[in-house]
Parts: sequence; structure tokens; C-alpha cells
Amino acid sequence: MGVEGIGASVARKEDKRFLTGKGRYTDDMSVPGMKYAFFVRSPHAHAKIKSIDISAASAMPGVIGVLEGKQLQADGIGNLICGWMIHSKDGSPMNMGAWRPLAHDTVRYVGDGVAIVVADSLGEARDAAEAVVVDYDVLPAVTEAVKALEAGQPQIHPEAANNLIFDWQIGDGGATDKAIAEAAHVTEIKLHNNRLAPNPMEPRATLGIYDSAEDHYTCYTTSQNPHVARLVMSAFYNVAPENKLRVIAPDVGGGFGSKIYIYPEEIVCLWASKKTGVPVKWTSDRTEAFLTDAHGRDHVSTVKMAFDKDNRVTGLKVDTIANLGAYMSLFSSAVPTYLYATLLSGQYAIPAIHANVRTVYTNTVPVDAYRGAGRPEATYLLERTMETAARELGISPAELRRKNFIRSFPHQTPVIMNYDAGDYEASLEAAMATADWNGFAARKAEAARRGMKRGIGMSCYIEACGIAPSAAVGSLGAGVGLWESAEVRVNAVGTIEVMTGSHSHGQGHETTFAQLIADRLGVPIDSVNIVHGDTDKVQMGMGTYGSRSGAVGMSAVVKALDKVEAKAKKIAAHLMEADESDIVIENGELKVAGTDKALPWFQVALAAYTAHNLPAGMEPGLKEGAFYDPSNFTFPAGCYICEVEVDPETGTTEIIQFVAADDFGNIINPMIVEGQVHGGIAQGIGQALLENVHYDPQNGQLITASYMDYAMPRADNLPSFKLSHQNTPCPSNPLGIKGCGEAGAIGSPPALINAITDAIGNNSLTMPATPQKVWSAINAAN
Amino acid sequence: MYATNYHRASSVQDAVKLKSGTEEGKYLSGGMTLIATMKQRLASPSDLVDLRHIPDLKGISVNGRSVRIGAATTHYDVASSVELKAVCPAICDLAHHIGDPHVRHMGTIGGSVANNDPAADYPAALLALDAVVVTNAREIKAGDFFTGLFETALEEGEIIVAVTFDAPEKAAYAKFRNPASRYAMTGVFVARRGNGEVRAAVTGAGADGVFRHDGIEAALATNWSADALAGVTVDASDLLSDIHASSEYRANLVKVMAKRAVAAA
Amino acid sequence: MAKVKMTVNGRQVGSECEDRTLLVHFLRENLALTGTHVGCDTTQCGACVVHMDGRSVKSCTILAAQAAGSTITTIEGLAGGGDLHPVQAAFKANHGLQCGFCTPGMVMTAVDMIRRHGANLDEATVRAELDGNICRCTGYHNIVKSILAAAAEMGGVQQAAE
Repeated sequence: MGVEGIGASVARKEDKRFLTGKGRYTDDMSVPGMKYAFFVRSPHAHAKIKSIDISAASAMPGVIGVLEGKQLQADGIGNLICGWMIHSKDGSPMNMGAWRPLAHDTVRYVGDGVAIVVADSLGEARDAAEAVVVDYDVLPAVTEAVKALEAGQPQIHPEAANNLIFDWQIGDGGATDKAIAEAAHVTEIKLHNNRLAPNPMEPRATLGIYDSAEDHYTCYTTSQNPHVARLVMSAFYNVAPENKLRVIAPDVGGGFGSKIYIYPEEIVCLWASKKTGVPVKWTSDRTEAFLTDAHGRDHVSTVKMAFDKDNRVTGLKVDTIANLGAYMSLFSSAVPTYLYATLLSGQYAIPAIHANVRTVYTNTVPVDAYRGAGRPEATYLLERTMETAARELGISPAELRRKNFIRSFPHQTPVIMNYDAGDYEASLEAAMATADWNGFAARKAEAARRGMKRGIGMSCYIEACGIAPSAAVGSLGAGVGLWESAEVRVNAVGTIEVMTGSHSHGQGHETTFAQLIADRLGVPIDSVNIVHGDTDKVQMGMGTYGSRSGAVGMSAVVKALDKVEAKAKKIAAHLMEADESDIVIENGELKVAGTDKALPWFQVALAAYTAHNLPAGMEPGLKEGAFYDPSNFTFPAGCYICEVEVDPETGTTEIIQFVAADDFGNIINPMIVEGQVHGGIAQGIGQALLENVHYDPQNGQLITASYMDYAMPRADNLPSFKLSHQNTPCPSNPLGIKGCGEAGAIGSPPALINAITDAIGNNSLTMPATPQKVWSAINAAN
Repeated sequence: MYATNYHRASSVQDAVKLKSGTEEGKYLSGGMTLIATMKQRLASPSDLVDLRHIPDLKGISVNGRSVRIGAATTHYDVASSVELKAVCPAICDLAHHIGDPHVRHMGTIGGSVANNDPAADYPAALLALDAVVVTNAREIKAGDFFTGLFETALEEGEIIVAVTFDAPEKAAYAKFRNPASRYAMTGVFVARRGNGEVRAAVTGAGADGVFRHDGIEAALATNWSADALAGVTVDASDLLSDIHASSEYRANLVKVMAKRAVAAA
Repeated sequence: MAKVKMTVNGRQVGSECEDRTLLVHFLRENLALTGTHVGCDTTQCGACVVHMDGRSVKSCTILAAQAAGSTITTIEGLAGGGDLHPVQAAFKANHGLQCGFCTPGMVMTAVDMIRRHGANLDEATVRAELDGNICRCTGYHNIVKSILAAAAEMGGVQQAAE
């Protein structure tokens, strides 16, 4: 590796603009004539709209237009869609209800958009929004998935009887039942995976600009995947054909899944720009974000895990009810199915698995992928169950896991996945050594002398990144392919621009993608620009989510680079009168191996563009594109250990240490990878200790609609983390990368809850383990 | 925020005059609660009269055991006052744990006291220290000043000028923060005063706002130690209950925070 | 509407705005200084932190009119015409930022923290002092590391100057 190549902790190229206030986020965008939008939203969780009166609002100062759903429908703007078809076990397709960008008939959650006001200033738009009179016929609401399935509950969509969207299964039910019947021991547990609000610090925003002269739309938006946004807005929402719609996702302040989806606001602002004749900007405030950004998790599961007399897992049976909220968001159906149940084998050789998943409509904001998306739910379920089993069986949690680890690869699980590489024992050993697992008893005794309850817990996670190949996900119901594209443009002076369909919203692609180029060509990263996030600049791409940018996005760059290098070598061979097979690329030069003949990179590039002396028949220029479709998922894995002290008087948990030992395959930039792990762990700790979306079950009001009631992790909730890597290269992509963006959020919640339940001696504790809950659990245990 | 009119007062008299001419005006000090509430459109004063630039309202003076804190003194200035720390470190410590560093740079003792948020910290200190709220019209004992949730004895147009109290022999404040808002979910200020009187005031927990707890005071009057509180019972029926803490849990916190405050005093 | 005047990043500025205009919006909309961000509605996230008369404040909870006549420093003016302020440089060297949205507030907070504590900062103090700043990306690990590194560097510089 060079100082800037693969494996180097290079400081980020993008940092200076963020550090000096020169980042350009959507809300920073301003165009001449731009006006401000404010949305009128339903204050009720479930209601019929009897009438909407915009007359008073329309006459208010500064108001340019007040638009409502009926006009939107009349203009042919389509319904929002779910892009992944799931069939129930009886073969019927999922029961999807209509989702209008602006409701005109029924509202189904608090925050459902009803009208948009466009005015000279945001203050005036909001003033006028308060003057829009909507007459509602309030209906009963239901917010909890388990309850929504019961008889007599409010019916949210006519298409979904009893609010059931689908009843899906995976695995072999008969074999699993047999394993449980014949087991020496069965561990049973019921778990709730708490509902979370993703909370990227940049609230969503969009600026819709309609150009009547060109009949062309520009959409600035806080998106993780602007090309998918353009595709969906063109193909399904009838906003405009692709050639008349440019989508730009400039600097984006975090996503964590919540900015994958195309929300009503983008569509409505583009449409409103045409209707009003002015550019329309909307920026969410934080309460709107809590009300309208897709939430994550919200599973209720019952688990049975069967063991033989040697403590080997022989079967796993899971029944899950997943809350999808009031409408089916873009990938909502995939999260509790193919991103969840396919990971239920974990790191363990389990011969029989069966999972049944029912998804349910409720009067809450839609639920979709949030950092980890299904895999945290699977990991929490498995690792809480393993820990519980170890306690019941009276053996150490490490020993029980070791006994059941998968040790040879490839390994076919009973739930689709084919694990390609890994060394689970290595991460377990490393984590235990770093955590001084063996010294825990002494630390616990010392804490007890101070009146504190100390506990330790572990979690061994596996996840699947870089969802692929496209044909396989298509056969499972995906509406899109999951490849990635790249174009490598070598300029005539030798500098390089890489167009990628991946999108960076904090991940540091401008640095890591440039490191790949630096590594391959030996040029400084300062001569490389990474271009992304604009449908006018990059032809097509699938964006960034599911930890896919390294494994899939960079692999596409590798493929394009292969082509660029091949052509450059041909030119160099021609210029130096050498054989093409003798040309090597090193330190920014194309050399004839074994000689002192060399041409600097820029000279070859210049030759390609002057085209004065190219091999016969060769096209001028040096620019190549590629699409990469992976052959398999990648499978990052690791072991996390958490040690806590609980204050029995208040129930407060202090995290004493948090150890992460991960296998991410090959690593481009260790500093950036570690940063991803830190952030993921913090979100996982947030889920386990602090965060919870709470709807009032009676009236469907969102109680946790600001940071006054939704507990975000702060610096003093967390320790500094102890990280290590035990990497086994991924065999299914050219760089051997597995992906690191979600692991921290996937592996950490069960480690923390296992530690707290170990400390307090009460295993029935739900997330988040707030001081009050822990205090109650201690008192219940005593 | 709804439209409003801003006025900057140069003196207390000027402030009174400016406000008297408004429809539904409010005094504005640091604004850390009022502006925040207006942003949510939960308050809509027609006018704001800014008190932050009135020199007479600022500053801390310590004369022997006698303390005077100007109403427009920020939490940061209270927290970092060397002379105040020498006689009553408990109130410096309390101020140091209000909000966050940025809020402490703007928020003032007068604003906090006048607002009487049930989860604010200062009301507990004032009640436990038997402090006096000095206004432009009169002096009001803390016990008479805090009259209910967001309610005080202040009359229309009345401005808090300062808070005064005699430094206690021993005092400390222990706070258990709401995990989300970080306001006091329960805070207890205990003080043993020069005349031997013991007071314990509780914030964040009471359904009617800040209150003194007789049982804790009686136990500590007999024996100023955390152990003395072992037999004290805290009635949960008058305490707040919300998604973060039931009244039973708050009752436990009242006792635990009282013990910790005594131990720290 | 009234004309509000103040000194921002060393320059006298004046601009018309409504009395209800918040300082953060005055900076962003009237002065086009978009480095100061808004991340919440409840004065908690700290993305809006600027310095007013030398102290860190939350510009989302101060009216522009309240700030009239004061001296404001925003992230754009921190380096004072130089390349990077030592705190900015420490955040870069220690990967103390990811998406960058909370970063201006974090940096302005760190500068104020170091002003008050000097080189005496320790990890626990830094974490406590970050009470009013929320980051969703970094888990704070590298933010804490960045601030400690900057404090050590700047404290060393201060000592050398004395």
C-alpha cells in the first residue's frame, strides 16, 4: 500500500468544506424567485376528510398558492409504491393499500400530508397553513401491530382485511417442529424490537424547480439514491419523463436508511413549482421528521430454540409480527422478510429453521429500512436467545456459541444464504481478550463492594451486505436490480474523474474511491475527483444503503479501471514500441517491465486525446464505464462484548467498556471504517438504552415527537470504543470487501441487553433499558 | 414563531414603560425558554421587552454571608463566580448543570425563576435557601413566590431585579436528569442554614411544581446524614407521571437524590 | 421589519428582517452564511452554535434583534482568513466528522470549551461539555479525540507564548 492507497488511513478530502461551513446541503440551496413551502398535516391518526377550505389561507399575506390532494390527483400524479413484491404463504400477493402524496379522502397517521402552502417566507407559509380549515370525521386508531391483527380493530386500508399485509414464511416448518419435539432442551423467549426514528442530523429537505421554457424539472433533495428517485418519480408518480427530470442530492447530512425513500414532499414540491410558477423549497423541522421520516424496527417475535444433549442447536422456530405503519414504504416489505429471516442462522450451524412473518398496517408513520434493516432484528433475536439458553443450560455464553459456530465455508444455511467466508472463532477470541473476559469476576466483586451491579454480555452477529445478484433479488420480488455503475474519465492532463452511482452522505467516498484510483495508478488522490449525486452527471446508479458502496460501488470502479488501464497500456506499448503484455503501471507511470523505459501517466492521457499517434483503429480518448452486478451477498461478522455497571438505587446503566471485533474483509481506509463502526455502535446502544418511538395507543398521537422526549445518545452516554479487525477477504468481489456501515448497529443491542440482564439477574427486560425499567426489573428480581 | 415586536430596554423603568404600551407583551431575558416556546408557536406575545442589556440587573455581590444575584446574571456567570463559590458552592454547582454550556451562556436566574418550569433547577435552590425574590415593587419570599406549574406571585408588569439569600452552612443539589430532555426528572436541593433550620426542596417531580418535603427535612434536622433518610417515605400520589418516569419511580428518586445531596453537602 | 446591525466575522453588517427572525436564519438567509445549521426545534442539537461576544450560544434560540450590536463569529470566520483553525485541523486529522452537518456546531463548541478549560480537558469533561451537541454519525468517539488533541495542541501553544 502507498501512503494514499488501499489500506491507508488517509485524512478525508471532503473534510475541509464541512469544517469551514462550505458544505452545500439542500437547505443551503437558493435560486432566484424561490419561495417556501409548509405542509398542512393531519393532527389525527385516522380520520375521513369531509372538506378542505383554503379560501382564508389563500388570502393571507405573502401566499402564492395553496394546493390540495384532489388537484394533485386530477393532474395525474400517481400513488407512492412499495418496490418489493412479497407473496403470502398461500400464494396471494401482498395487500397494498393506496398511498396518495397528499391525502384527500382519508388520513391514516398523525402527520399525513393534506395540503401545501407556498408563500414568500416560511413564517407566512406556516401562518397560512394554520388558516387552512380541514373538517375531519375522526375514526378510531390502532398503533400496535399485534393489536391491529385482532378482530374488531379499526380497518386502515380496504385492501388489507384485519390490517394483514402478508403472512409469509421461510424454511422447513416440519423439520423444525420435529427438532423441537425431539430436543433435550428448548429455550423460549418473547422479544420486542423497539421502534426507532432514524434521526440523521440534517432534516429532509427538497427544492423543486420547474422551468416552463424547457418543460423541465430540477429536484434538489436529501437522498441516498438520486437515480432511484428519478426512476421512481418518472415511472410511477408521473412527475416527468426521465429526460425532463434532473435529481440532485448534494451534500447530505446522514441518512441511515431514512433518505432512501422517495417521500411525498419531493413529488408535491415539484408539482407545486409547476402549479405556482415559482421554485418551491421545503425543509422539514425536527418534529416533522419524527412524524414523517420512515421509522425502523418494531417487531414482536416469539422464539423457540432446540438443543440436543450436547448443547448443539438443532432447530429454530420464529414467529414475527412486524409493524409497517399506515402505508407500505419503498422497501418496507423486504426488511422483515429477505433482510431479516434469511439471517436467522446467525453464525451457527442450525439444521432446521422456520420463520413465519406477518406484516401489519397501523395508524403510525411508515416503517422501512433503518441502519441494519432486518439484520439487527435477527441478531437481537438470536443473540438474546443464545444468551438465555446459556443461562438455562448452565454453560458459559462463549462456550455455547463456540460449540455451534459454522467452521467450514462455503456454508449453505436453511434460509437461502450461502456464507462464503468467515472466522467467527477469531473474532470471539479477540473480543474476549480485549475485554479481559476472564478477569470479569474480580471486577464484578469489586463493583459489588461499591454497591454496584456489574454485568457482561456478548453478541456474535452476522449480516449480509451488497444485496445481489440482481437476477436473484428479482426472483425474490425486488422491483429493481442491485448492481452499481461507474465511469472513469481520464482527462487530457492526466487528472481523473470518477462518476459513481453510489452516494456519500458521510461515508467518505470522495476519499476512499480516490484511494482505489491512487492504489491502482499510483497517482495522488488530489488528482482524482469523485462525482456523484447528480443524474445529469452520472448516468445511472442504485445509491448507497445496505453497506453496498464498497463491495458493489467500488467493484464497478474496478471494472471501469480495468478497461481504462487496458487501453492506456495499448497506447503506452505503441508509444514505447513495446509489447502490451510487458506494460506495468507503477507510481503514476506506465513502464516496460524489466527496462528503464517509462511514460508518465499524463503523457499517455495526452496522447489519447491528441490522437496523433495511436495504435491503428483505436478511438481517441480515455474514458470507460462499467456496470457491476455481484455474484453473491457479502457476509461481515464479528463479536461484540459490553460490560456495564448498574446503579441499583436509580436503575442507571453505565457502559464501562464496549469491545468490537469485526471481520469486514479487506479494508480501504481503516480510519473511516472505524468511524463507521463507532457510529453504528452508538446507534445500537441508543436502541438498547435510550431510544424509543412512543405513540399513544389510545389516540395515535406521537408522544416522542422531539428531542425533549426521544432520547438521542449524547457523548456522555457512551464510552470510547475498543475496536479490532480479524479480516477474511470476501471471495465474491474483486477487492475482497464485505461492508462495514451497519455492523455496529446490528451487533451492539444484544451485547448491551445481555450485559444488563447479567448484572441485574432478571432476563425479562425490554429495549430501551431506561433507568426506570431497569430499576423496576431489579425490584422484581429481588 | 408568530409575528412579534422587539424592544430593548435600557433600564428597569424603561422596561416597565415599554411593556405597559403593549397588547400582550412579555419580558425577555436570556430567552432560553421563552424563545424556544415561541418557536413551537406555544406562546405568542405581541411584544418582547428585552431586559438583557440593563446594567442594574447583572452581577453577583457577596457581603459576608449575604448573597445577591442580579436577575439578568447568566447561569454561566453564577457557575463560575469565585466569590459565590466561596460561600455557597451548591448554587454554583446547580447553575453548572442547567441545560448545556451554550444555554448557560444566555439563560438567566431571573428568567428561570419567573418562568417556574416544574423541571427547572433554580426554584429548588431558592426554596431550600429561603431566598427572597426582589422585584421592582417588593420583596417576595421564595415560599410565597412559586405558586404552581409555570405560576408565580409576580403581578402584571412586575420585574425581578435580583435574588438574595444568606449562604447556608451546608447545602448541595442532586439531580437525576430526564434521559431525553435532560431537564430535572427529579432534583433535590438540601440546605442547613445558619439558624439550624434544615430545608429540602424537590423539583421535577411534583405535580404542582417545586415543593418542600417535610419528612426529609424532619429526618435531616435530627441527623444531617444520608443514613437518616433510610426510614423516610415519599408519597407518590402527588408526583408527576409520564413516559419517562412513573410517580413511584420519581418517589424513589426523591429519596435517592436527597441522600446523595446530603452526602455531597 | 427593522434593520439589524451587528459585526459578523469581523465585518459590520446590516440587513432588514422581521422581529421574529432568528439569528440562525438571519445568518443563513440574509448573510448567506449557510455553515450554521438547524437540526432540531428544541434548542438541543447544537448544529447552530456560534459565538456571540466571545461565548458559544445557540443561534436558533436568539432573535436577530437580540443579537443586534453584538459581535458574532460563525464557522466561516473561525480561521480568520487562515487555512484551518487548530480545532478544524484536529477534527480533520482525527476523523471527527462524517456527514458534516453537526460539524460547524461541534467545532464552535470545541473552541469555546478549550477557551474555558485550556489544556486541562480530559475525556470525561469533554463528554460532559458536549451535552448540548448531538451527532448521529460518529458515536462521538473521534469528536472527543479531536477536541482532546486540539486542546493539547492549543494549550501547548499558549504555554509557549507565555
